[in-house]
Amino acid sequence: MTRQLNTPTDRGYSLVMGTLAVIGLCILIVPVIIVLLSSFTSSTVLKFPPPGFSLRWYEALLDPARSRHVHVALSNSLWVALSATLLAAILATLAALALNRVSRPSARAMEAGFLSPLILPGLAFGLATLMYFSILGFRPSLNLLIAGHIVVIAPFIFRTTLASLTQLDPALHESSASLGAGRLYTFRRITLPIIAPGIAAGSFLAFVASMDNVPVSLFLSNARTNMLPIRMWGMMETTLDVRVAAMSGALIVVVLVLMIVMDRLTNLTRRMSM
Amino acid sequence: MSGAATGETAGVEWRLAAPLGITYLAFFAAPLLILLVMSFSVDDNLGGFSLAAWAKFWGDPFYRGVVWDTLRLGLVTVAMTSLFAYPIALLFIASGPGLQRLLLFIVLLPLLTSVVIRTFAWIAILSREGVLNQALLALGLTSAPLNLLQTELGLVIALMQIEMPLMLLPLITVMRQIDPSLSDASRALGGSKWRTFRKVILPLSLPGWIAGATLVFASATTAFISQTVIGGARLVYLPTLIWQQAMVVYNWPFAAVASVSLLVAVLAGVSLFAMLGRFARTTA
Repeated sequence: MTRQLNTPTDRGYSLVMGTLAVIGLCILIVPVIIVLLSSFTSSTVLKFPPPGFSLRWYEALLDPARSRHVHVALSNSLWVALSATLLAAILATLAALALNRVSRPSARAMEAGFLSPLILPGLAFGLATLMYFSILGFRPSLNLLIAGHIVVIAPFIFRTTLASLTQLDPALHESSASLGAGRLYTFRRITLPIIAPGIAAGSFLAFVASMDNVPVSLFLSNARTNMLPIRMWGMMETTLDVRVAAMSGALIVVVLVLMIVMDRLTNLTRRMSM
Repeated sequence: MSGAATGETAGVEWRLAAPLGITYLAFFAAPLLILLVMSFSVDDNLGGFSLAAWAKFWGDPFYRGVVWDTLRLGLVTVAMTSLFAYPIALLFIASGPGLQRLLLFIVLLPLLTSVVIRTFAWIAILSREGVLNQALLALGLTSAPLNLLQTELGLVIALMQIEMPLMLLPLITVMRQIDPSLSDASRALGGSKWRTFRKVILPLSLPGWIAGATLVFASATTAFISQTVIGGARLVYLPTLIWQQAMVVYNWPFAAVASVSLLVAVLAGVSLFAMLGRFARTTA
């Protein structure tokens, strides 16, 4: 390694890049910290720094009398996210197995098709599902929301599972088969244990994406099938309800804990940058 | 049929792909087809063929302006996220494993935090009594609080935070694979750090940037919550227009035209980024 003497332009480079990186990191993390701290405010208005600290907004959020709508929206969102993630995990894993190590144009086209919801504008798709279900005569229900969410979140699981399948040595399959193992047995004992972390990491991202989904829920949910992000948006639009901060604080902590757990189980952080 | 098909000769196992394929046909392709048909129909019951909605949308300078504003918002957000994502990615590859873990955490936490929450946070920061104005007033940089909500600048700042992880993850992935000896060679041959960045790091990281820019562009142009909450009533983008036409005005054919236009505009933008990548590779 040759070390160069640092010229003034090189020092300028380090200064500019370093400053921009620090500002960028602040932009990323400071809002999260501000929301977390504001949620403990004792004031009735959202103000930072808070004039005093209290748990009043968390109490208001937990109080069934005052926050029944939020509780309904939360349980709807959890049910839709869990169902959609489970179904999407099964469908996406099967599809990833089907397309693994196939380089034909038809397979590439299918792969692009399965990933396309990541890029297509979700709002156009959300409106499309509303029109589709209404023309078919379906009434709004959580099942329709689950169907819409599966399409949006399946690509996350498909992508991570496909990536983990490439690490699977085909020789393992062949030796398992030549030793007389059936395909299902080979899948259960060889393939699944190797790709399980990939499926789990994708499912985690899919679950978070479903809990957070706005474009589909915006069109398919109504007063009875209200979803959490839509409810929170409503609370934010009318008045700057400080309960949104408490809800945010609670969700940030849940995501943080899940992230640490998932990182231990599936090496999530490394997986996201590989 | 032989049981042990080897990886290379095997085709697609259609029976395994079918469940997701059929789900996509029923709940993805079919709805999008209905959307397209709706845009050419007289009323929301698909009553008959008409080009009226298309003529009304593209004949009106206001709506054409909304399309342009939406695309510009996407492009400006891509430019601003790139400005900060490259330095962060450079810092990442120069860091040790411990710091890298922390940096990935800082990148992932906002990504996994609800968009509604992140937008909410930016209201607390950008409003007249917000953190930013307090800081600016305290430092004496401004005499009166700035109005950042309901401005494009405020919206771009908020979107930058919301979309930056989408740019950073593919960028870091690609920049990790760049052989550090290439940069060392450039430096040893007398290239300045700027020149090394421009001639070595930038071209080699381009595939990651393109992947990130595509995701940021697609996401920023359809960021309904941020656009309505921070943009307010003053700034109208296609997602807001689609929502108003579909859920408030109940003009479904018109909302369908706006949606198809958004789809085509985003796909055009995405292909532009892909073409840019090919062009840069052939001329580099």
